[in-house]
Amino acid sequence: MGAIQPKLGEPVSDELELVQAAKAGDVSAFEQLVKRYDRNVFRIAQHITHSREDAEDVVQEAFLKAYSNLEQFQGQSKFYTWLVRIAVNEALMKLRKRRPERFVSLDEDVKTEDDSLPREVADWSPNPEQLYNQSELRDILSRTIQGLPPTFRTVFVLRDVEGLSTEETAEALDLSVPAVKSRLLRARLQLRERLNRYFQRRQDGNGNTTRGDAQQ
Amino acid sequence: MKCSEFLQELTNYLDGVIDDRTKTELEDHLSWCHNCYVVCDTTKKTIEIYRDSQLYELPDDLRTRLESAIVSKCQSRKKAGPRRV
Repeated sequence: MGAIQPKLGEPVSDELELVQAAKAGDVSAFEQLVKRYDRNVFRIAQHITHSREDAEDVVQEAFLKAYSNLEQFQGQSKFYTWLVRIAVNEALMKLRKRRPERFVSLDEDVKTEDDSLPREVADWSPNPEQLYNQSELRDILSRTIQGLPPTFRTVFVLRDVEGLSTEETAEALDLSVPAVKSRLLRARLQLRERLNRYFQRRQDGNGNTTRGDAQQ
Repeated sequence: MKCSEFLQELTNYLDGVIDDRTKTELEDHLSWCHNCYVVCDTTKKTIEIYRDSQLYELPDDLRTRLESAIVSKCQSRKKAGPRRV
């Protein structure tokens, strides 16, 4: 079993030029950056906030904040990493506004019962896509990841869905590299455990594979 | 290597960021420990299924609306002059 193949990003060779042009007042250069990254920012924001309306707001606010503060961007990191950092902060603020009773921080070191060794170990059906149609599958994936603490799902989304490196994720979230790695491991294991109830191979009396018990 | 030690290295293994010696030890463990093999395989599938899921795609009409709203606000900020921090 080999390593997972990284998702290939778009080339960013002209990114600094676009940023320089935008700093000099060229709004169309900034528009190109918006078009390049708005889908990513939207996905990240919706993963964190669980809300499409909030995610829309986050996309607007993050890009406007980036535009207003372009002078602060010195180019030591990628523009995208800098933008993600702004977007994650905006998204967390939305979450805090909605749930003021629970302070949300990426620093919290969440201990959960799922930290122990995996409890359920079962092969998954040949292919979860064969058990569920696209919209059922998206619904399962969405509900499952939303059950994770914000700190775990944010790290998972940046690393595994958006394909940021461990170092970029650490920079975007203001966490250390070991903290990113430990959260990522726990996020991956918890998601696997939660998906198990939908995807594990079940055999009926006739030897046919059926869905897990979560649908009943 | 114990199962708990295997799990500690799982993320590094899946990300392909381990030295050859550790990789050999992990793969030796995988060759005889069915549970860890299944956990490793289904964790890998978990990552791939989320990565390929197109969950929370930005719909085209909303995207167009957001982009024009952002650009028009940027233009009005530009007219208002650079922001002093």
